[in-house]
Amino acid sequence: MSEIDDKTQAVSKKAVSSTHGQRREDGGSGGVIILFFIVGLVASLVVGWVLFPKLLYSQKKQPIDFNHTLHNTLVGNGCESCHSFREDGSYSGVPKLAQCIECHEEVQSSNPEEIRFVEQYVKKGIEVPWLVYARQPDCVFFSHAAHVKSAKMDCATCHGPIGESESMKPYQQNRITGYSRDIWGENIGGFKKNTWDRMKMDDCSECHQKKKVVIGSVQTQKEGCFVCHK
Amino acid sequence: MKIDRRSFLSLGVGVAAGTALSPLPWKLTDDLSIWTQNWPWTPVPEIGESSFVNSVCTLCPGGCGISVRKVEDRGIKIEGMKGHPVNQGGICALGLSGLQLLYGPTRIKTPLKRVGKRGDGQWAKISWDEAISEITEKLDGLRISGNSHTVAGIAGSRHGTVSQLFSRFLMAFGSPNFFHTPSIADTYQLALQYMNGVSAAPGFDLENADFILSFGCGLLEGWGAPVRMFKANTGWKKNRARVIQIESRLSCTAAKSDRWIAIIPGTEAALALGVAHVLIKEMLYNKDFVDNYAQGFESFVTDNGEIKKGFKQTVLEEYSPETVARVTGIDPSAIILLAREFANAKAPLALCGKGQGKVPGSLSEAMSVHALNALVGSVNRKGGVFPMPAMEVQGWAEVGMDTIASAGMNQPRIDGAPPNSPGCINQLPSAILSGKGYPLNVLFVLESNPLYTMADSKTVKDAFDKIPFVVSLSSFMDETAQYADIVMPNHIYLERLEDAPTPMGYNKSIISLSKPVFKPRLNTKHAGDTLILLAKGLGGGVAEAFPWKNFEACFEQAMGDKMKTLKKNGFWVDSDAVLPDWESTFKTASGKFQFAPAEFSPGVAPVKIEGDSTFQLLLIPYETMRLSCGYIANPPFLTKTVEDTILKQNDCFIEINPKTAQSNQLTEGDVVVLQTPRGQARVRVHLEEGIMPGMVALPRGLGHTAHGGGYIANKGINANRLIGPVQDPVSGMDAAWGIRAKLSKA
Repeated sequence: MSEIDDKTQAVSKKAVSSTHGQRREDGGSGGVIILFFIVGLVASLVVGWVLFPKLLYSQKKQPIDFNHTLHNTLVGNGCESCHSFREDGSYSGVPKLAQCIECHEEVQSSNPEEIRFVEQYVKKGIEVPWLVYARQPDCVFFSHAAHVKSAKMDCATCHGPIGESESMKPYQQNRITGYSRDIWGENIGGFKKNTWDRMKMDDCSECHQKKKVVIGSVQTQKEGCFVCHK
Repeated sequence: MKIDRRSFLSLGVGVAAGTALSPLPWKLTDDLSIWTQNWPWTPVPEIGESSFVNSVCTLCPGGCGISVRKVEDRGIKIEGMKGHPVNQGGICALGLSGLQLLYGPTRIKTPLKRVGKRGDGQWAKISWDEAISEITEKLDGLRISGNSHTVAGIAGSRHGTVSQLFSRFLMAFGSPNFFHTPSIADTYQLALQYMNGVSAAPGFDLENADFILSFGCGLLEGWGAPVRMFKANTGWKKNRARVIQIESRLSCTAAKSDRWIAIIPGTEAALALGVAHVLIKEMLYNKDFVDNYAQGFESFVTDNGEIKKGFKQTVLEEYSPETVARVTGIDPSAIILLAREFANAKAPLALCGKGQGKVPGSLSEAMSVHALNALVGSVNRKGGVFPMPAMEVQGWAEVGMDTIASAGMNQPRIDGAPPNSPGCINQLPSAILSGKGYPLNVLFVLESNPLYTMADSKTVKDAFDKIPFVVSLSSFMDETAQYADIVMPNHIYLERLEDAPTPMGYNKSIISLSKPVFKPRLNTKHAGDTLILLAKGLGGGVAEAFPWKNFEACFEQAMGDKMKTLKKNGFWVDSDAVLPDWESTFKTASGKFQFAPAEFSPGVAPVKIEGDSTFQLLLIPYETMRLSCGYIANPPFLTKTVEDTILKQNDCFIEINPKTAQSNQLTEGDVVVLQTPRGQARVRVHLEEGIMPGMVALPRGLGHTAHGGGYIANKGINANRLIGPVQDPVSGMDAAWGIRAKLSKA
């Protein structure tokens, strides 16, 4: 027998004896394994559901704490009084300073936020750097006119009852994409109760499928990606 | 209880399972995909209100209406303006690239004063007040010492309010030395002056012509108003009009024409007269016009009793198809056929001006071609050529010349051209270098880049070295601005109020309004305002000639009652103009079309280009729509469209015929040294069947040495560097269509 064969024998003997040893300790070791599994599972669930969203989003305060409810009672045409359509049919989004100045050239109340607004922005002629909760990535084409004017949809269907809010909630900015948390939705798991809880592509198509609205692209007359992703 | 490897494996499995059951991986994937679609360097339009502002493009003299799309104050795209008479909604590639010039890095940001050696690019930033006072101080000194005539100015054009304000400045200051960047329009103007007796620009009714005989005009390469020409070409195809291109190289125009006739360059005048010979011999000319409305066709007796040969006799004696065939290299039967077709067409029209018409060219050629139109009656007739009276500024009060101004204006022009003439800028360098006349002390350069665009750049630079003080009013750090002592940057075309006058060849009087589409981005000033400030700084008679508080007031006065229409429509067209008929149009001494003016001697030899027999080849520069070769340098978008048989990385290619390549033992892509009497350059060879053997073609518009920033400079070579000017014997303007050259392997 050669030297190599001797070594092989020695190794296999050792292997056999260690297997025997482990079998004897099976009862105790199994518990540890399950414990470790549970620890790993629970820890990662905590990370994924609790810690991750905390890390993912940074909190920002709106420059001025705007009161939608108050304004809504003072204007005549609901949301469109300030969030208007331009002459060419495009949607103006968040009002510009010029529009605010129409009423707020001077301070009208003792509200400290309004005073701050007039002093810091109106008097200096600086646009308010509003943080837009519903801003979609640039690759998304969305026509407000088609939804609000043609399909007569309510603003709240997508935006929720923001018109009834008395103060602005913090703007949670996704650190990776730079967009608002409102797009993915407050629930990190993506679950939603109301139509306005999320603003992802699936939410668009959910409604379109439910209402059986399938409209092709104006340019190509075809349905599909290019209707919204131009 | 023992913690071992398996426990940790189990932990890992737990973590994996937990992670999979948490939203982390799915959310992260989604976020990353959004992240990758929103790189910070991806250009994204601003969010805001979009609008269109109408203006006019003045990047070339084409005068196309443009519509600029903006989001808030950011320019997004330039489009052709719908309903503009010149371009009818169309736009060229240069016009499309205009925003790169607005936002690009070659703009001059603030007034500059040279601190290093000239041309070294070392500048000190100065304020506008400092710049104005430094220059006025210098000018004042010259005025007091009676040297006001030693100031000269070069403008991009001689038409338009700003150019006229510039020439007014020199006049009120007391200098006759106003120059402009010349073109074929200047030669045509002289031809019309001598033959029609009117001071006018040519207007071609191209849209109604049905047989276009083009003597080398780059009809699709930027001749005249480029977009108008494209539209006219579409019309010709639709109406079955025929286009005959006479050119030594298969240009785009030649390729798209109905017949391409390759000619030995420089012999176009002979061909025109050869065609005239056949028209006369076969009695194909318009007898009504020639007999009743023209003079000098038959031989006549001059005032001092000499018998002068008429056009008919000269042409019949000296330009038989056989003789012309020997000169031009075109078969006699082809000449006869061409003449017959030309005469039999309903509305034949002959045109000249090689390429884009950047070089004024031979006056004799322009007159031969104009005579051809007259022979078939295509003058002041539908589909023919009309004289377009020059539109001078009406609203300004005449300059009250003070004694210094009068004395200065009485001095001869430095180039020797007659006073009040447009001048011959091609003779300026030699006049300065010869030192025969008076020296120039100050030179102003506005909207032009003579160090790049003028023939024989090196000599031009030597001449600049003799001028102690050069002031550039350029918007860009171009070759001339880089060589200046003080730069007073002008607003770019999209930022300024201006008028674009009737473009070359357009047959309606039109003014288009260039209005500020954007607020000025940089610390620049409208050249008109700069001139007004300089005049005010000088005081006295000069200031009196500039009574306006700013250029806007001056412009509104110049436009007068047209201003309302300009503001409303963006352009003003003289639609009521009734074009005079044959009876009343000619303002020569006899009141008739002059076939044989004293300045036109059809018998003289064609313009001879430079170079002796050691240079065996002929170098011709060519122009294309993809290379801007004037004051405006090629923007990067446009350079992207240039084929790699013209420009590959930084190497530029010459076009030669495979036969020429074979005899010089060259193959495609070879690196060669192209040598002319004026200089040499390293180029690469591109073989092309579409060029006559024995010739070398080189594109114009490459080889900038200034315009830093890495996007424009050092790409290819500047053709103007290799070609010298050749003076036309009559007009005195540059008539060089090429130069002799030779190739050697590098």
